Amino acid sequence: MPHLAIERWAKSSDYAPDAPVVLTVEGTHGLILHAVTKAAVERGARAGARLTDARALDPALVAEPADLAEDAALIERLAKWAGRWSPLVEVDGDGLRLDITGVAHLFGGERGLMRDVQRSFARVGLTVRMAIAPTAAAAWALARFSKTLIPTLSRGREGEGLLAQLSPLHVSALRLDADTVRTLERLGLKTIGALIDLPRVALARRFRGAEDVVDALDRALGRKPEPLTAARADPPPRATLRMEEPATHPEAGPQALERLIPDLVGQLQKRRLGARRLSLAGFRVDGSVATATVATAIASREPKHLQRLLADKATALDPGFGFDAFALTAEWVEDLNAAQESLAEEPSGERELARLIDRLTVKLGRRAVRRPQAEERHLPERASGWSPAVSSLRGAKATKQSKGTSLDCFPRIKSGVAMTAVRPQRLLDRPEAIDVIYATPEGMPRRFMWRRAVHDIARVEGPERIAPEWWRQPSSARLRDYYRVEDASGRRYWIYREGLIGDGRGGLPNWFIHGLFG
Amino acid sequence: MPQPLRPTLSELFAVHPRDGGWAGFLLPQLDTAKPLLWVQDRMAILESGRIHPPGLPSQNLIHVEARDARDALWAMEEGVRCAALSAVIGEIWGDPRALDFIATRRLAVASERSQVPCWLVRLGGTANLSGARMRWRIASAPSLLNDLDLRAPGLPAWDAELFRARGMPPDRWTIACEAGAFHLVAASGDRTLGEVERLRA
Repeated sequence: MPHLAIERWAKSSDYAPDAPVVLTVEGTHGLILHAVTKAAVERGARAGARLTDARALDPALVAEPADLAEDAALIERLAKWAGRWSPLVEVDGDGLRLDITGVAHLFGGERGLMRDVQRSFARVGLTVRMAIAPTAAAAWALARFSKTLIPTLSRGREGEGLLAQLSPLHVSALRLDADTVRTLERLGLKTIGALIDLPRVALARRFRGAEDVVDALDRALGRKPEPLTAARADPPPRATLRMEEPATHPEAGPQALERLIPDLVGQLQKRRLGARRLSLAGFRVDGSVATATVATAIASREPKHLQRLLADKATALDPGFGFDAFALTAEWVEDLNAAQESLAEEPSGERELARLIDRLTVKLGRRAVRRPQAEERHLPERASGWSPAVSSLRGAKATKQSKGTSLDCFPRIKSGVAMTAVRPQRLLDRPEAIDVIYATPEGMPRRFMWRRAVHDIARVEGPERIAPEWWRQPSSARLRDYYRVEDASGRRYWIYREGLIGDGRGGLPNWFIHGLFG
Repeated sequence: MPQPLRPTLSELFAVHPRDGGWAGFLLPQLDTAKPLLWVQDRMAILESGRIHPPGLPSQNLIHVEARDARDALWAMEEGVRCAALSAVIGEIWGDPRALDFIATRRLAVASERSQVPCWLVRLGGTANLSGARMRWRIASAPSLLNDLDLRAPGLPAWDAELFRARGMPPDRWTIACEAGAFHLVAASGDRTLGEVERLRA
């Protein structure tokens, strides 16, 4: 797929289609062009060139950062999708490799298959270059270096046809590294044909180890096998149930569930797995599918628990014209060895808790059931983060580490300091503006009005100054001076003044109420 | 301070909905060894804020943000049945229809069966019929004198009124909590005033 990066980008961007845009990656000596649009090619930009060089040719180029991870993810997805043509698909750099042995006749021969592939990719807006060859290395070479748009097929086994097709190609079509290619070019060996004519012993003596030219030639010509190692996931545990006749009553789902769960649990037990996410699919008579999905906090294969999680959702499945089949799939599984909690019949806390979290999450949603997750941040509302309880049992550590590394160059707060500071028990989601009478410019507050009630401040402690996070917030962010105040009736609040008079970041400081003390 | 003999459902009314004092009264009574389930309905969060873990004695808690009182009560009941919890706290705003005698009675029975104490916190509600075994009314009281800084708030104090309890006479106290134990505070005014007088002299 020669233009994958730019085509993926073009789909998600809002530039005009004829804008001269280039996608760049960081190189050793500044930005390097990764992919270019057609308009940019006409203006002299070339993938692999430096951005400064391309800008020298045409200063009007628009540079955007390339997202390599997203491109790779797209190729992964396309590899799954390409499973429609062949059971063996392998991601190979920026391309896909399909083993079509014994498959082509399903699509009307090799030509029909190629036409189908091209049409399908064109439909999703991607250009493909492809080749069918008896060996994987030859297909790689032909797809990338052949002059014709769709190389003609070489039916002969490792024979003359393949040799004739490969011969005119440049030596870099053999997937050699850049140094080897340069050496070969200096020796005057520009095409594969020139290499084939040389005596093998001499070649083998000159190029050894990683730059083994003979090995590359053998792979291309099929003298050495190169099997595909397609990533083939195990099929997820799945239980199915066919109905004698379409069921339209609302109990159909739960009833099917009762028969499916023992089957699925049996499979999980055999493979020593526990389900983290289950989906129940009801296949309607008219060809549509209704699904219900639940997730669990720890891997489980407890029939009763799974049944309880899914029962409500199964009842809510809309039967339409009636279900004629059900399938229960464990979409996400984790290893779970047979475990006995304790000798006595005493349930351990962790599993009980995980079950409670599952039940709450299924009914109220992931975002409603959460656990606190402390973050190393200055601002109080950011320091107490929340993460969904379903995922935090195991996931919490991993996310924290990854966050830590990305921030290493910035000031870090010792979490111990934050813990000793007095913090309120309750925090308003959004600090509310209040009117405060205070001794200007930086004196103690005397009286404030919050939600139309006047509070006379009897006692006050502060300020505790919390500076803005300059590495994250805009430069106009103001500091906060927090005060712990107690009004005449004894209610304790946490209020702050945002900014100072004359700090050059706005006019008079504003006051906010942020928390309530117990 | 009267404590229930066995874990059960207690109801706590905040005298003023925007007074967080009840949390200070409630938190020292909790066992922090096991996780805590804290349920808040959406109105309670909007009106008087979301709980802030750095200010709480234990970070080991599960927070549930319920859409309305019905969901909050359901989540509380699920929590009360789970013996792995140290306590269940549910904050409900106002007098929703879902919160009736039957709902509170169910909570009380479930709590007594599983030995998980349950606290139903009512913000801005009225004390109607309820199955709770102990019913409190809590308001913040002026805090004790801060020895280090006369102008700063000191140890927090509360006016706690036990207005309904099974097997106990109703009463009211002004109390403060020091090192995990509750102490009676002399009627507000004289002690604080007295000390200020003494310090001034």
